[in-house]
Amino acid sequence: MSAIATALPETSRPWFLPDRGRVSMACLIIAESAIFTIFVVAYLYYAGKSLSGPAARDVLEAPVFYSICLLTSSLTIHLAGRFLARGQHVAFLTSWVLTVVLGGLFLFGTGQEWRHLIYQRGFTISTNLAGTTYYSLVGLHAFHLTVGLVLLLIVLIFALSGHVGRDHAARVEVLSMYWHFVDAVWVVVFTVVYVIGR
Amino acid sequence: MAASCAERVAAQPSIFAPESTPARTIFGLSMFVLAITGLIFVVVFVLLVYAILRFRGRAGDRGREPAQVYGSTQIELAWTVVPVLIVVVLFIATARVIHAVQDAPKPVSALDVTVIGHQFWWEFRYPKLGIVTANELHIPVSDPGRPAPTFLKLLSADTDHSFWVPRLAGKTDLIPDRVNEMWIDPNHAGLYVGQCAQYCGTQHAKMLLRVYVDAQPDFDAWVRAQSQPAIQDGRVAAGRRIFETTACINCHAVRGTPADGRFGPDLTHMMSRVTIASGAALNTHENLRLWVQSPDAIKPGSLMPAMNLSDGDLSAVVAYLETLK
Amino acid sequence: MAADVMAFPGVQVESRPWVEILHEWVTTVDHKRIGILYIAYALVFLVIGGIEATIMRIQLLHSHNHFVSPQVFNRMFTMHGTTMIFYVAMPVLFGFANYLVPLMIGARDMAFPRLNAFSFWLMAFSGLLLYFSFVGGSGLYGAGNAPDVGWWAYAPLTAKAFSPGHSSDYWTIAVLVGGFGSIGTAINLIATILCMRCPGMHLGRMPLLAWLTVVMSGMVLITLTPLAAAQLMLLVDRYLGGHFFDTQAGGSAALWMHFFWIFGHPEVYILILPCFGFISEIVPVFSRKPIFGYPVMVGASVFIGFVSMSVWAHHMFTIGMSSYANSFFVITSMAVGIPTGIKIFNWLGTMWGGRILFRTPMLFSIAFLFQFLIAGLTGIMLAAAPFDWQLSNSYFVVAHFHYVIVGGIIFALFAAFYYWYPKMTGRMLSETLGKWHFWLFVIGFHATFDTMHIPGVLGMPRRIYTYEPGRGWDTMNLIVSIGAFIQGIAILIFVYNLIASYWKGALAGNDPWDAWTLEWATSSPPPAYNFASLPVIASRRPLWDLKHPEDPDSRYD
Repeated sequence: MSAIATALPETSRPWFLPDRGRVSMACLIIAESAIFTIFVVAYLYYAGKSLSGPAARDVLEAPVFYSICLLTSSLTIHLAGRFLARGQHVAFLTSWVLTVVLGGLFLFGTGQEWRHLIYQRGFTISTNLAGTTYYSLVGLHAFHLTVGLVLLLIVLIFALSGHVGRDHAARVEVLSMYWHFVDAVWVVVFTVVYVIGR
Repeated sequence: MAASCAERVAAQPSIFAPESTPARTIFGLSMFVLAITGLIFVVVFVLLVYAILRFRGRAGDRGREPAQVYGSTQIELAWTVVPVLIVVVLFIATARVIHAVQDAPKPVSALDVTVIGHQFWWEFRYPKLGIVTANELHIPVSDPGRPAPTFLKLLSADTDHSFWVPRLAGKTDLIPDRVNEMWIDPNHAGLYVGQCAQYCGTQHAKMLLRVYVDAQPDFDAWVRAQSQPAIQDGRVAAGRRIFETTACINCHAVRGTPADGRFGPDLTHMMSRVTIASGAALNTHENLRLWVQSPDAIKPGSLMPAMNLSDGDLSAVVAYLETLK
Repeated sequence: MAADVMAFPGVQVESRPWVEILHEWVTTVDHKRIGILYIAYALVFLVIGGIEATIMRIQLLHSHNHFVSPQVFNRMFTMHGTTMIFYVAMPVLFGFANYLVPLMIGARDMAFPRLNAFSFWLMAFSGLLLYFSFVGGSGLYGAGNAPDVGWWAYAPLTAKAFSPGHSSDYWTIAVLVGGFGSIGTAINLIATILCMRCPGMHLGRMPLLAWLTVVMSGMVLITLTPLAAAQLMLLVDRYLGGHFFDTQAGGSAALWMHFFWIFGHPEVYILILPCFGFISEIVPVFSRKPIFGYPVMVGASVFIGFVSMSVWAHHMFTIGMSSYANSFFVITSMAVGIPTGIKIFNWLGTMWGGRILFRTPMLFSIAFLFQFLIAGLTGIMLAAAPFDWQLSNSYFVVAHFHYVIVGGIIFALFAAFYYWYPKMTGRMLSETLGKWHFWLFVIGFHATFDTMHIPGVLGMPRRIYTYEPGRGWDTMNLIVSIGAFIQGIAILIFVYNLIASYWKGALAGNDPWDAWTLEWATSSPPPAYNFASLPVIASRRPLWDLKHPEDPDSRYD
């Protein structure tokens, strides 16, 4: 006997199960949130406790413009998903490219900020507690953003070569869940580093 | 002094033989907890054994399945409520003891000792008495009628350690960049042993503790002796010169001489101690000589380097050290 | 595998070249094969971890022994702990989950078969990386080889200043990488259980093993990650000049402790939850009754999952937290004992009124019940913080957690082995050898771990390579060590049983135990596709319904 079947009493009830792409991405987001939470806890715990060197508030300037870029990219990727689901390929491509550009701009902005901090202000990861916690937290976020950008670029390449169609909308949506997560983390990091931490 | 210390037999450590108020309070709580958990164990054990015996499958009932019972709300409720009540009772008893021990007020008559944990030895400083010693703690006995507890401030110079003398109190950790406190008030004079209880590196096992509880007059005498600067004995000038011109003084202090290193134990009255190397060896001539010549022979991995002294220099230094009574 | 090939008389069956078989196993994405890979990997490391334990027990036979140096001993307890947790317990439990969960929920495979394989190989590689430290650990200053900082790797002992060389880095990176593998498997298990159940199997009809697996996997997501975060911080400290745990710069040693134990405590619940699942499958079958109180068992499991995240600082009662903080962790630690105790009562209730069959899986399960009860009670003792101020970091704690891990987890695993080996291989394990294994292991286990509580009470701390004579610890340690040898012999019998029964064991058939869950509805071993057609079910015990059409569970569901 290699299979069994019982008469299902409630044959009228349809059998619905959640989409595994969404479930697994939600799980990944939960796991990543836990990692970020620990870095945020360390940041807040050590805020103001550096024994030497500049305090965070003396050297950090809130990157408002680049943050707006990143948050806008959430909007553009959401729109891209909608366009793809409706088969509007040109609109999808445009929004997708915009998302990549905005995300890339943010990364560029982070790089600029770090360059300024390191070379002009002498504030590095080893300067003091503030430096360690700042670069670790923002760096962890930037790393996740970079991974997201790479994935977005891969999709872009596939889209440009005509391989992305309406039936890939679900998968693209899973990727955009990740991108929204990266943005949401930035909201938290921004608040902790540039608002509370000062 | 050293002779009478050596005579004392160490009481074997045991958390169930308390000799001080914190240990006694903990002992009371632990008996209460043991009684309750013991009762739970007996009840469940008996039920399990009964079930195994009473409901074992017999050859005769092959093929007949027993009544397929899925559960019972009342039973579930019963065996949820009872454990909740037990937990409430245990928690209240526990919280009271936590506060009694941790938040005990410090009487004016308390003796202050600062304990600094090192890899792999103990530094004891008596701030109000101006004494510094190592590895063997001397404290006065505390009469319940007129308490004279000792309050220990716990610090660390490097990694985590833990001060544990079971008969006197529960353990408290020594953590770098943190100040912890504990107190003990032993009622009987004697020697109480313990050791470091937080893994701190290679020789964690040999970071031993000896707590000498002295009758008040003995303690006062000990304090007087320890307060003196180091004995100056002209006969060991050669050894002293070697000690003071090699790296010894980078780590060790001998009060009244140029030696004031803080990395290793204070040696001003090292011959008043029964052991060396934080209890790893008895303070005998042979052991002392071996220790200075090659610390790794007694305590491999200890942070005291072998100084590669020639035989003659070694004898001279040991002779000098042996005058530091 | 042998059972796959049908024997036709007169036909020469060509045996395939071993390279081809090896390639198949290395590239497999079949959950059953990956499950077996995990289990085999864990068994190898069980033996290695056991050797490390044996070395320690020989060194501790009597005071002032010189079997190994302190440096080697310190590496042994570090590697023993790390190995047993990350390269024995986690893989073997993921292995069983991998094998059984898709079968039990009527699916053909896991949600992401390639991720499944990747997670296994990530974990496997990380174990090899950890052990490479024995050879490659002498780094910058030629100091040390295998890590020797304890499996908790407390700061600042792990700082560059106190642990030069690379031994600590092998620990950090191996466990970090292995952790990512675990997270991958956890995601896979959750997606499988939530998204791939066969028609009719709503969550309230899943086998309890599936429930416990999904709770355990959810816990993995939020507990392995704090450890990963802490390890990244440690790497920043050691290599980028960071100060997370640098007490000279204002960093906090206690912060590492918090982060570690926020992982470390839920981790032990992660390890025990699948074992609760095994017991919840096995005890009903050998009591011939359904599990008592299925909804309560589910609720208790979920409750344990949540509450266990709030108890971590009971490992830190001695670090000098305030009396209020200590009291908080007392109440949460005692509270988590309540649903755990309820489970024991439910298993008891399952046996009550049943018809108990004392086959080897049930013997191990019954021993589990006794031993887990004791382990839980010594846990309650340790939860009473002042009692813990004496017992913490002593051999009493070592006895307690080995009681849970060996007396609980390993016994449940042995029960699982004897119960599901027939499904995985098509052959029964020898009952005679099973009983020898069981009784020898019980004797050895109790000789070691009952006795071990006593030196703890008498003041013997843990992680010491030798101890002083005259403290009353010698005889106890001798008995503990003798028990360890007896356990070793029992394990050898078990390994022999595993190997010999593969060729000589009685043929099992689909359903040797007359059980009720879906994995018994297909052949032993199952075909690659698990079921010819996906089952449609109407109750928690689909096979009971088939076998007892006059009184199906679906009537009461």
